[in-house]
Amino acid sequence: MDQLSGGEMLIRALHDEGVEIIFGYPGGAVLHIYDAIFHQDKVEHILVRHEQAATHAADGYARSSGKPGVVLVTSGPGATNAVTGIATAYMDSIPMIVISGQVDSRMIGTDGFQETDMVGISRPVVKHSFMVRKAQDIPLIVRKAFHIATTGRPGPVVIDIPKDATDPKVKQPYEYPEDIKLRSYTVPAKGHSGQIKKAVDALLTAKRPMIYTGGGVIQGNASEQLSELTRKLGFPITNTLMGLGAYPASDKQFLGMLGMHGTYEANMAMHYCDVLLGIGARFDDRVTNSDTSKFCPDATILHVDIDPASISKTVTADVPIVGSVAPVLEEMIDLIDKSDKKVDKKALEVWWSQIDQWREKDCLKVTPSAESIIMPQDVVKAAFEITKGEAYVSSDVGQHQMFAAQYYGFDKPRRWINSGGLGTMGFGFPAAMGVQFAYPGAISVCITGEGSFLMNQQEFATCMQYQLPIKIICLNNQALGMVKQWQDMQYGGRHSHSTYAESLPDFSKLAEAYGHVGIKIEKADELYPKLEEAFAFKDKLVFVDVLVDPNEHVYPMAIKGGAMKDMVLSKSERT
Amino acid sequence: MRHIISVLMENEPGALSRVVGLFSQRNYNIDSLTVAPTEDQSLSRLTLTTSGDDARIEQITKHLNKIVDVVKLVDLTEGAHIERELMLIKVKAVGAQRAEIKRSVDIFRGSVVDLTANVFTIQLTGTGDKLDSFIAALGDNVVLEVARTGVSGISRGEKTLAL
Ligand SMILES: Cc1ncc(C[n+]2csc(CCOP(=O)(O)OP(=O)(O)O)c2C)c(N)n1
Ligand SMILES: [Mg+2]
Repeated sequence: MDQLSGGEMLIRALHDEGVEIIFGYPGGAVLHIYDAIFHQDKVEHILVRHEQAATHAADGYARSSGKPGVVLVTSGPGATNAVTGIATAYMDSIPMIVISGQVDSRMIGTDGFQETDMVGISRPVVKHSFMVRKAQDIPLIVRKAFHIATTGRPGPVVIDIPKDATDPKVKQPYEYPEDIKLRSYTVPAKGHSGQIKKAVDALLTAKRPMIYTGGGVIQGNASEQLSELTRKLGFPITNTLMGLGAYPASDKQFLGMLGMHGTYEANMAMHYCDVLLGIGARFDDRVTNSDTSKFCPDATILHVDIDPASISKTVTADVPIVGSVAPVLEEMIDLIDKSDKKVDKKALEVWWSQIDQWREKDCLKVTPSAESIIMPQDVVKAAFEITKGEAYVSSDVGQHQMFAAQYYGFDKPRRWINSGGLGTMGFGFPAAMGVQFAYPGAISVCITGEGSFLMNQQEFATCMQYQLPIKIICLNNQALGMVKQWQDMQYGGRHSHSTYAESLPDFSKLAEAYGHVGIKIEKADELYPKLEEAFAFKDKLVFVDVLVDPNEHVYPMAIKGGAMKDMVLSKSERT
Repeated sequence: MRHIISVLMENEPGALSRVVGLFSQRNYNIDSLTVAPTEDQSLSRLTLTTSGDDARIEQITKHLNKIVDVVKLVDLTEGAHIERELMLIKVKAVGAQRAEIKRSVDIFRGSVVDLTANVFTIQLTGTGDKLDSFIAALGDNVVLEVARTGVSGISRGEKTLAL
């Protein structure tokens, strides 16, 4: 058995857990650990330029690859800087391990230099957390942390390690536990067969069925099963913002995204359906439009989720099914195949012709305000065409995020990387770094807004250090566009602190200052050729600063307090 | 409705704050809370009283169950159960009051556990209601200090909350 220090044990345990890469930033409390990193080459460490970026990069890595993201930060400010990223991962159920240094165990509670109660600060935004007491516990704690973070409903787990537990002078035998027993933690696996049968019966008697799926299908790697079930039934399907790519956007059964900025047809079909199958989605207020009493008034609600607490939290499920999505869907497919009952084809035809009428509204059509002005939607469409829909697209928060979600048709899961639950501006760029580390040869695009980008721009330096050829497409509307849109619609156009055109940097020069390529696009006819030029730089980071229509709004938009059928469709039209 | 929920959890630092934190984080109220290790030193038993409609209580128990340190729990109010709370109460007791208070203590099956020339310290156990009634029976301007443990409880019959 090898004799290792606590710091060495940590790195060895990460390796034994299959970790290839960690994102971090050093400081006093983790210096022993950094020295242990120095002496090995199995686990690669990526030096970011801000701890928040470390968490988002690990998050982007996890979302795109399905493997847990790992973060290492120092105590105090290092740990607090990581909190936003932990909360972001928590809200979207992303598997992540955050290792934070802590002051010496004898110093804890004395307000020592760079001491913060990380376990306490992070408690509401972690799935679980551990405080290491002694070096010998590190392997077992790491094993438990990965188990908890990656199973059931995934989520971030914090491991707080006092500096003395990593002391290089104290060596002890290292053994990585094969199996762990956690009597207080069990993972629901299969769904209840009786409930699944009930759900299938409801689906086979439906006249106006609808399938609504969220991030759980992606996290649960159940896209194939979802596609098989949906095609077998011939039902219309919609995805949440978190669920895009779980079902191919190019398929004719796909009605687009639903919710606050969902398509007219998806939201109408939700409102008028008689049986709703919700899968790995949590009926949150951005979908239901906050007043749940008006939500799907005629529908029998079937809800599949791995987290029992997500079921009947906001909307009461008629048939709750607690279980991992993939095996539940497989059982459904099996039951449908064996059932004597068949889908009500006639009723379905009538339903589809109704949906086709809704589709005719063409709610995502774009009308340019003037000939030379670039519409933000067209930028996303052009990026889609040039990348042939094959890119990994991360995004930030705001109008640009919604345009990306609406106009980049995701045909595959894990391609759309965005902070849905927490809505964290500053997420997109570091997340795109994580994607690029997971898939060095892939096209990693970040569709961002100038406001969001400024929140983590320091990562230009990281991208230079590691030669990450990310393509950043900034829909520059010279404003906190989404805030401004709400002010236009709800505050009489009073743009309180949402514009700053006069003080924006020259982004392409900023990119160049770090040694990257900067491209500026100001006229509509330059859009396509210059974007192509940007994507032609295979080995370089390119920042594409696109000056878009500053007055454009995102539509459709749910009318506050209404039902899902109540939408603003354009500056002059409502449902 | 009022519910008494008993939780068996790992006797680990941090476990209690996770449970209590859940209540403030999700805007659930806790009316009382008691916690102590069980006969198995690796487990603590926490009993809390809360209130809400069925949907709310269901969410509370689901979220409690999700906490990694929580091993098992039971909503005692769902079945027949015994509920007890201990109260130590200091009251003003001078002159004729002394005999009268002593009589009330006897009626409620409490006991005077300490006294001075002016003060009785009384110990009383029972349901929360009984303790409330005792305080009410003492009347105004008598009570000097109240220390209540919060409700503890256990199921009737053979049902147990154990591993
Ligand atoms: C960290 C953070 N702060 C504030 C907000 C609130 N917010 C949501 S969208 C938005 C504007 C974003 O501006 P920009 O990135 O330029 O995107 P645009 O809407 O203009 O496309 C703001 C301030 C947020 N989501 N995240
Ligand atoms: Mg903007």
